[in-house]
Amino acid sequence: MITYIIRRLLMLVPVLVGLSLIVFFMIRAIPGNPAQVILGQLATKEAIDSLTKELGLNEPWYTQYFHYIGNLLTGDLGESLRTKNPISEELWPYLTATLELSLVAIIIAIVVGVNAGIISAWFQNSWFDYSAMLLALIGVSMPIFWLGLMEQWLFAIQWDILPTAGREDIRNPIDSITGLYIIDTLVQGKWDQFAVVIKHLALPSVALATIPMAIIARITRSSMLEVMRSDFIRTARAKGLRMFWVVYRHSLKNAVIPILTVIGLQFGVLLGGAILTETIFSWPGIGRYIYEAIGYRDYPVIQSGILIIALLFVCINLIVDLLYTVIDPRIKYNK
Amino acid sequence: MKRKKWSFGLFILSLAIMMTLAGCSSSEKADGNGEKGSTLVFARGGDSVSLDPAIVTDGESFKVTQNIFDTLILFGKQNTELEPGLATEWSTSEDGLTYTLKLREGVKFHDGTDFNSEAVKVNFERWKSGNEEKFYYYNSQFGDVIEQINTPDEYTVEFKLKRPLAPFFKNLAMSPFAIASPKALKEQGDKFGDHPVGTGAFKFDEWKRNDRITVTKNEDYWNEGRPKLNEVIFTVIPENSARLNALKTGEADLIDGVNFSEVESIENDPNLKTFFRPSLNVAYVGLTTTRGPLKDKKVRQALNYAVDKEALLKTFYAGEGQVAANPMPPVVEGYNKDLNPYPYDPKKAKEILKEAGYEDGFEIELWAMPVPRPYMPDGQKIAEAVQSNFADIGVKANIKTYEWATYLEKARLGEADSFLLGWTGDNGDADNFLYVLLDEDAIGSNNYTYYKNPEVHKLLLEAQSTIDKEKRNELYNKAQEIIKDDAPWIPLVHSKPALAGNKTIEGFAPHPTGSDRLDTVEIKQ
Repeated sequence: MITYIIRRLLMLVPVLVGLSLIVFFMIRAIPGNPAQVILGQLATKEAIDSLTKELGLNEPWYTQYFHYIGNLLTGDLGESLRTKNPISEELWPYLTATLELSLVAIIIAIVVGVNAGIISAWFQNSWFDYSAMLLALIGVSMPIFWLGLMEQWLFAIQWDILPTAGREDIRNPIDSITGLYIIDTLVQGKWDQFAVVIKHLALPSVALATIPMAIIARITRSSMLEVMRSDFIRTARAKGLRMFWVVYRHSLKNAVIPILTVIGLQFGVLLGGAILTETIFSWPGIGRYIYEAIGYRDYPVIQSGILIIALLFVCINLIVDLLYTVIDPRIKYNK
Repeated sequence: MKRKKWSFGLFILSLAIMMTLAGCSSSEKADGNGEKGSTLVFARGGDSVSLDPAIVTDGESFKVTQNIFDTLILFGKQNTELEPGLATEWSTSEDGLTYTLKLREGVKFHDGTDFNSEAVKVNFERWKSGNEEKFYYYNSQFGDVIEQINTPDEYTVEFKLKRPLAPFFKNLAMSPFAIASPKALKEQGDKFGDHPVGTGAFKFDEWKRNDRITVTKNEDYWNEGRPKLNEVIFTVIPENSARLNALKTGEADLIDGVNFSEVESIENDPNLKTFFRPSLNVAYVGLTTTRGPLKDKKVRQALNYAVDKEALLKTFYAGEGQVAANPMPPVVEGYNKDLNPYPYDPKKAKEILKEAGYEDGFEIELWAMPVPRPYMPDGQKIAEAVQSNFADIGVKANIKTYEWATYLEKARLGEADSFLLGWTGDNGDADNFLYVLLDEDAIGSNNYTYYKNPEVHKLLLEAQSTIDKEKRNELYNKAQEIIKDDAPWIPLVHSKPALAGNKTIEGFAPHPTGSDRLDTVEIKQ
C-alpha cells in the first residue's frame, strides 16, 4: 500500500512536468504581449520593448521555462506580472474560496445525486424514476449562467431571503484564519456570521452542484440497476431481508466503485471549472483569478494557477483510488 | 458497516445545512448591521491593479485612488475645468516656460506628515527619475519636458520647462498625478500600492484582492464638512446583471456598468435611481486605410453615409448621449462645432461607391468587440446593425471577433479591415483624442486605422506647443475638418455611461473621466 502511494506520487512528477510544458507553450501561442496589455492602449513601442525585457519575456523559451521550473522546485510560484505580488501569497485566499464552494457543492451533489439514483433504481420505471432522470437530463444540460441569474432573481429579489454576491456581508467582514469561512466562523464562535456564510454559499453551491448532481444520479442509477439484477441480491431478498437494507447495504456497497470514480472526477472539474459560478456570484475564487490572468496575459499566474489545480486534481484521484481498497477489500495495490 | 456511517454522516450534515438555512431565512436581513447610513458599498466590474496612482493606467485603480489622494488641481464637479485642489492658485509666465503654484496651507497626509512644497517636489522627482514603463502617465504627459522643480518657500512650487506645454495644468489634475506622502513612499517602497497614504477625503483601510477595498473617513480633511460618509467599500461584482441584482437586494448601494437595456426598469423601480456620466468618450468603426477598397477615401466616406447612427443611439444606448460628428466629444475644448455628422443617406452612399468604381459593392471583415465598454455596450449587436447598414449599399461585411487582448493586438498590427472600438479621454484635452488616436506617430500604438495625413500631423504637433487658447482651438478645428473629409473612422456616438444607486444616495455626480470623488456623497435615510 505504502509503496503504491509512493509510486503514485512519483508518477506525479512526469504528469506535472508535461502539464507545465503544455500550459507554458499554449499561453505563449495565443497572440498578445503582456507588456502591451499591462501598459494599456496608449503605450509606445519603446516602453513595451523595455517592459518586455524587464519581465524577461525576450529570453528564449527554454531559458524562461527552466527559470520557471527552477523556481518551482524551490517552492517559488513566481510573481504576478500585473500586481508584482508573489503568487503563492495571492493564490491562497482564492484557493480556499474555491475549495469551500466546491466542497459544499460536491456534498450537495453527492447527497442528492446518490439518493436520487438509488431510489430511481429501486423503483425502476416508476414516476419517480422518470421524473428524476428527466430532471437529471435537464440538470446536465442546464446553462449555469442562466440558472445562477434565475436563482438570484427568485431567492434574492423576489423572496429576499438569500444574498446574491460574495462570501460574506461586506459591511461586517469576517476575520479570516484558514480562509474556509465555515470553519473560521465556527472556530470563533460567531454564529450570526456563520449563518451569513451559509446563506452566501447557498445559491452558488446549488448552481455549481447541478451538473455533477445530475451526472452522479445517472451513474448511480445505472450502476445500482446492474447490481440489483445479480444473484446475490435475489438471494438476499429471498432470505426475507428488508428491501431498504438490500438496497442501501448490499447493493450500494457493490455499486459504489463507479460512483466514487465519477465523484472524484467531478470534484476535480468543480475546482477548476467553477469560473462561471464564481463570476455570476462574485465569488473570489481561483477560476476567476486565472481567467482574469488570461485577459492580462499574466503568464506566471496562469501557469502556476493551472498547475495547482492540476495537482489538486491528481491528488483527489489518488485519494479516490485509495478509497476503493477501503470500500472493496478485493481491490489491492500490493504489487 | 463503515459505509453506513459515512452515508449517515452525510445525511446529518445535509440536514444541518438545510436547518441552518431555514433558520437563517426567518431572521430576515440580520446583516446590514444598522450602520448602513454611513457606509457606501460601491460595486464595480473589476478590481484595482494597484493603489499607487502614479504607476497604474486602469480606471478601476483611479476610481479608488481619487478618494485617497488629492491632486494639486482638481477637475470641476462634472467637467474638466480646473478648480483649486492642493494648490490654491496657479499661473504661467509670459514665455510659457515657468509654471507657478501656490499650495494650500495646513494640510496633512494621513500619516501625519505635513503637505508642503517639498512633498510636491519629492513626488515629481520620483516620477521623473523612473522609466516609462514604471511611471507610464508621467512619461506620456510630461516626457522630459520638466527641467527643474523649485521650492522658493514652503508653500510655493515652481516648474521650469524646456518648452511650453499647453495642457500643463490640465495634466496636473489627472488622477495619476496625485500627491503621495513622502514618508510613506520611502517606508513602503515597492509596497506603496498596497498601503497608499495621501491627503484625500478617505484613508485607506483594507484591501482583499478581487473582493473589496475599504476606505474610511479622514476626520482631518482640509475641505471642511467633507467627506459625509464614514466608510466606502469598493467591491467587485464582475457580471453586469448580477451587479444590478446586488443593488436590488441592498448588498450594494451604488453600481457602475449598468446595461443600457436595463435603464428603463431601474427608473421604474421606486427604490432606485440612475446616474449618467457626462460623455468623455467616442465609439467608432475604424476603417483601416491600408486595406483593400478602404484605401479609397471615397469608399470610406460612402460607408460613413451608410450607417444610421441615430438608430444605434436609440437602440443600444438608451438614447442617452449623442451622435458623434468628430473623433472627440463636445465637452473637449477645441471641438469643432461647425461640423455635422455624416447624415444617414444610403442613396448618396451608393452613388459615391459607384463613383469610386464599386458599383457592385465588395466584401470586407467587420470586427466586433468581445467585451462591453461604456462606449460599446454590446459589440456583437452593434456590429450586426452596422453590417445590415453596409449590406444596404451592397457592401458585404463578415463579422469576426477575438478574445479582447488578441483583438487589440491584431487591430494594432493593422490586420482588421473595419473594426469597432472606442476611447475614453484621460484629461479632457483634445491632444488626448486627436494626437493619440489619429496622428501618424500613433501608428503601431493607438492609431489602429493607420491613418496618415501630413497636414493633420503638422497641425497636431503645432497645437501641442501652442499656449494661446484661441489659436490652439483653431488648429484643432482645422484638423477635425480634414479628418472628417478623410474619414478614417465612422464616428458613432458619444455615450453617457449609466450608473445606478439606491434612491437614498445624494450628492453623487459621476465625473466624465470615470474617476469619481465621493466626498460629497451622502446617504439620506
